[in-house]
Amino acid sequence: MSEHAEQRTTSPSAEILLEVHGLGVRYGKVEALRDVHIRVGRGRIAAVIGPNGAGKTTLLSAIAGLLPCAAGQVWLDGVQIAGAAVEDNVARGLSLVPETRELFARMTVQDNLELGAFSLRRAGRRERDALLAEAFRIFPRLEERRDQLAGTLSGGERQMLALGRALMSRPRLLLLDEPSLGLAPLIVREIFQVVVGLRRRGVSVLLVEQNARAALQIADDAYLLETGEVSLAGTAQALASDPRVIESYLGLGRRGDPGV
Amino acid sequence: MSIDIALLLGQDGVVNGAIYALLALALVLVFSVTRVIFIPQGEFVAYGGLTLAALQEGRGPGTFWLLCAVRVAVALADGIAALRAGSGRSLRWALAGDLGYLTLLAAVLYLAPFASWPAWVQIPLALALVVPLGPAVYRLAYQPLAGASILVLLIVSVAVHVALVSLGLLFFGAEGSQTRAFSDARLELGRVEVGAQALCVVLFSVALMAALHAFFERTSYGKALRASAMNRVGARLVGIPVGLSGRLSFALAALIGALSGILIAPITTLYYDTGFLMGLKGFVGAIIGGLASYPVAVGGALLVGLIEALASFWASAYKEVIVFALVVPVLVWRSLRTHHLEDDE
Ligand SMILES: Nc1ncnc2c1ncn2[C@@H]1O[C@H](COP(=O)(O)OP(=O)(O)OP(=O)(O)O)[C@@H](O)[C@H]1O
Ligand SMILES: [Mg+2]
Repeated sequence: MSEHAEQRTTSPSAEILLEVHGLGVRYGKVEALRDVHIRVGRGRIAAVIGPNGAGKTTLLSAIAGLLPCAAGQVWLDGVQIAGAAVEDNVARGLSLVPETRELFARMTVQDNLELGAFSLRRAGRRERDALLAEAFRIFPRLEERRDQLAGTLSGGERQMLALGRALMSRPRLLLLDEPSLGLAPLIVREIFQVVVGLRRRGVSVLLVEQNARAALQIADDAYLLETGEVSLAGTAQALASDPRVIESYLGLGRRGDPGV
Repeated sequence: MSIDIALLLGQDGVVNGAIYALLALALVLVFSVTRVIFIPQGEFVAYGGLTLAALQEGRGPGTFWLLCAVRVAVALADGIAALRAGSGRSLRWALAGDLGYLTLLAAVLYLAPFASWPAWVQIPLALALVVPLGPAVYRLAYQPLAGASILVLLIVSVAVHVALVSLGLLFFGAEGSQTRAFSDARLELGRVEVGAQALCVVLFSVALMAALHAFFERTSYGKALRASAMNRVGARLVGIPVGLSGRLSFALAALIGALSGILIAPITTLYYDTGFLMGLKGFVGAIIGGLASYPVAVGGALLVGLIEALASFWASAYKEVIVFALVVPVLVWRSLRTHHLEDDE
């Protein structure tokens, strides 16, 4: 952990938990993100929608610390975290649930969850047990399968486990990459209800979704990301009624999509 | 071959096989966590045995100066990294810890009559000298190359092996050493006479394997190591630092290596370069399990020990050739069974 990164560069704000300022990310010569500005308020859900290849996953990976930032700043609660290591960000209360889940396939559900609390390993056993009980309360299905290997779970259960594992580090900010990917409508609804429940308990969420309709329904704020740039920003309501968004992302062809 | 000879050879094979099995476990562990094929694994065998021998002869072991030099190098590397990142707080604590540890060791080595201490005190002292070399080797040679290909890491392993053998010659000299046996008793088991030391080797090896198993299954650090081996990205996402799992796996490898050396030092004369062949035999066992399966690696290593014992009876001049020629059918068999070893998540 670097002392530099701990210095407060902006004063922590009462409303803003995450501030992304002028972020640029490159894959070699390819510029995947350019001058991206995003804010996530405390206890709010911000959605990022956009077409395939827009750079949504890249954005979350860079914020989490999996990818280096080529330009710009990222502040979490007034602390500059651009370039910080993933484990330091997890310890600061920022957890990413990636598109690919990245579970420990040959370990049990319970072991996966307990590893989610690795950053709290110095906290007491009792505290971690309480977190485990909380995860099982949110996802009772995981408790039924606590001794099953993660690799044998269904797609929906895997997503629950990925989300539950991220919650075990007691995050202040959750980065969710396509939580509805490949899931049946009923499970999508369940997961989105959990996300709404988290907001009620003060957890902020940055939600990346292909399923724009569902995402805009639960989000407070929203961003449209296209070819690496934010082309539209505003409240979720404003985006949901924007003609461009309606045509390209909420269009007729998508009416059959599950809502919440 | 009479039944007595067969039993004798079998005993030899199991004792050596137990040591190869320990080394094979260390190799699988290091490879699965860091993708490093740890050729220098055997050097820790020699360091462990020779350090204990030096302690028993009342000489301050050269390992101490090696440890000092290596810790200074690590501090420099950490210092440069910290300067780049513009931080230093954790570094100061690490330096203070290093300094305290080395001072304590120096005090023991210069003031205490360690030569007359019983083995159960000398052995932890030897381990305290050798084991910290493991994470230091990781920090200096491998951590800066964390993203490199398996081939690059292998080339680095060859270099580290050469360096550690040379340092072994420098600090321990060219003479071989043996340590006192834990016990000289001989036991009658049916029609075979078993040396108590040989029995110790096997029992300790089994105990160490059981302890490792418990560590991986029960403790949060053990689970974190398994998780890092299983899914690197997932491990980072739950906040397991890459450096931590690397250092931990190398510390365990050094511990296993040094203990193996301490176990066989009473029955084999160890030289500064003895470890290499043992490490290679452990490696043959490990690749039978594809460098991925712990139980198969143990079984493979035992097989290597038994084949070696038989070979030394039938064709002792070709003993090593026969053992290493085993690699060929193993590789052919594995290449038929698996399609890719590299990204076997
Ligand atoms: N490792 C990589 N190397 C090179 N280019 C990459 C890499 N990862 C992503 N890209 C490119 O960066 C761009 C953004 O990718 P990203 O995965 O962030 O898109 P996305 O918005 O998440 O898409 P999707 O909705 O399909 O998940 C794409 O053009 C992609 O090809
Ligand atoms: Mg994506």
